[in-house]
Amino acid sequence: MRDQITKRFLNGMDGLGQVAQLAGESIRSILARRWESSLVLYQLYFIGIKSLSVVLITGAFTGMVLAAQTYFQFHKVGMDTATLAVVSISMCSELGPVLSALMVAGRVGAAIAAELGTMKVTEQIDALRTLATHPVDYLVVPRLIATTVALPLLTVSSICVGIAAAYAVGVGLLGIDPAYAWHNMLHYTSVQDVGVGLIKSVIFGMIIALVGCYKGLNCPQGAEGVGKATTEAVVFASIAILISNFFLTLLLTRALTQK
Amino acid sequence: MIETRGIKKRFGSQQVLNGVDLRIEPGEAVAIIGRSGCGKSILLKHLIGLLSPDEGEVFINDRNIAHLTERELLGVRKEFGLLFQSAALFDSLTVHENVAFALRREGKLTAGEIDRRTEEALERVELPGTGSKRPAELSGGMRKRVGLARAIVYRPQIILYDEPTTGLDPVVSDSIDQLIRRLCEQLKATTIVVTHDMRSVRTVAKRVLMLHQGTIYTNSSVTDLFASTDPLIHHFVNGISTPRDILF
Repeated sequence: MRDQITKRFLNGMDGLGQVAQLAGESIRSILARRWESSLVLYQLYFIGIKSLSVVLITGAFTGMVLAAQTYFQFHKVGMDTATLAVVSISMCSELGPVLSALMVAGRVGAAIAAELGTMKVTEQIDALRTLATHPVDYLVVPRLIATTVALPLLTVSSICVGIAAAYAVGVGLLGIDPAYAWHNMLHYTSVQDVGVGLIKSVIFGMIIALVGCYKGLNCPQGAEGVGKATTEAVVFASIAILISNFFLTLLLTRALTQK
Repeated sequence: MIETRGIKKRFGSQQVLNGVDLRIEPGEAVAIIGRSGCGKSILLKHLIGLLSPDEGEVFINDRNIAHLTERELLGVRKEFGLLFQSAALFDSLTVHENVAFALRREGKLTAGEIDRRTEEALERVELPGTGSKRPAELSGGMRKRVGLARAIVYRPQIILYDEPTTGLDPVVSDSIDQLIRRLCEQLKATTIVVTHDMRSVRTVAKRVLMLHQGTIYTNSSVTDLFASTDPLIHHFVNGISTPRDILF
């Protein structure tokens, strides 16, 4: 039992080390400008535009339910007009980036792992290498750049739609005074809240791309291997997003609010 | 010139290569034969640097590539063309894009020159005008031909073939063998064919290396191989199984 735990821990550390190596190799490739902009544009379309509807629906309904729940509690103590402020801060710094990242991890992380995994088991990755092309330059870097650029944009869209939906529910459905609610929201939501959310989404984008690419490039043989790599890419990216979110909240909130 | 010195490779508990020594001169046509799972494809992947040996050295034109990094190997691999057993075409690209891939990535030629070279390679493998097709629309034999066009488009000095006729009917197999022989003569490239198809060996190779239990068991001309009275070689060449073979 103890040996098994030790073995799993060491395997986990080994995997983490290999993801870090992949990140290092990708950054070197980006700096050396070994990537093609056309590939990045295609990935931006696939990762950004194609994920937009999923992220917007998530943002809208999260904002709506958060507005309703907050209102029900705040109404008891006569703080109705603080509802939108709570929704706005939550959406900007926590729910917007985290939920958008989780949705993109499910859609894009899985697609990256499945595509690269299939290429691995059908020897297409080896074929790339024999054609004097580094898989990191051709496969990893375009996906990494595209996810890192697209996720903050998706997060901003999600936050805007979430706040708009919360406003509609709060003002239109629950009868909150619009002028006070709007004023309180602007008063209590700071630039730092938005900054924290955007920095988080950049890091989450990197996590999704790197975990998806790592799992795909190290996919075990066979159809079962591709399935396993795809599942693990989503699970590990989601866990990594949730864990890193906690530490990023502590770190960024302190760093950005220090005077 | 290609040379390996004592290369060993182990996967888990299985010692696949156990000290392989070989030397192949420029322009030679060599077949590497052996039972399924004996490590022929693994040996081939060592020659092009897709795998690195646990021990031993691999020399390509007097340069030891055994311990080069992946980036350093990219330059070495420009001297090679490899036809994969499954052809390994990029299924998201058309035939033309597959064949032109290496030239486009290299970025040294104009678009017109790349198109001309690509069409020329497709004509060499007798598939002119198929550039707009997707790999999924091709038969097994056509996929191998496209794979071959992709391997020769940048005129490599060394062409490796990993079981080029596996899974093809006898007529298509023969056409692929004839194509390999013709390309070898036209391009004057070193040709290494991994196969267990004895008809391919007769058509394509001048010299044969037989791999057995991780080492080179025999290194002989094609004529000597087929005339050999060694039981292991005789059984393999003539496809004779013994009760012991059935167990494995």
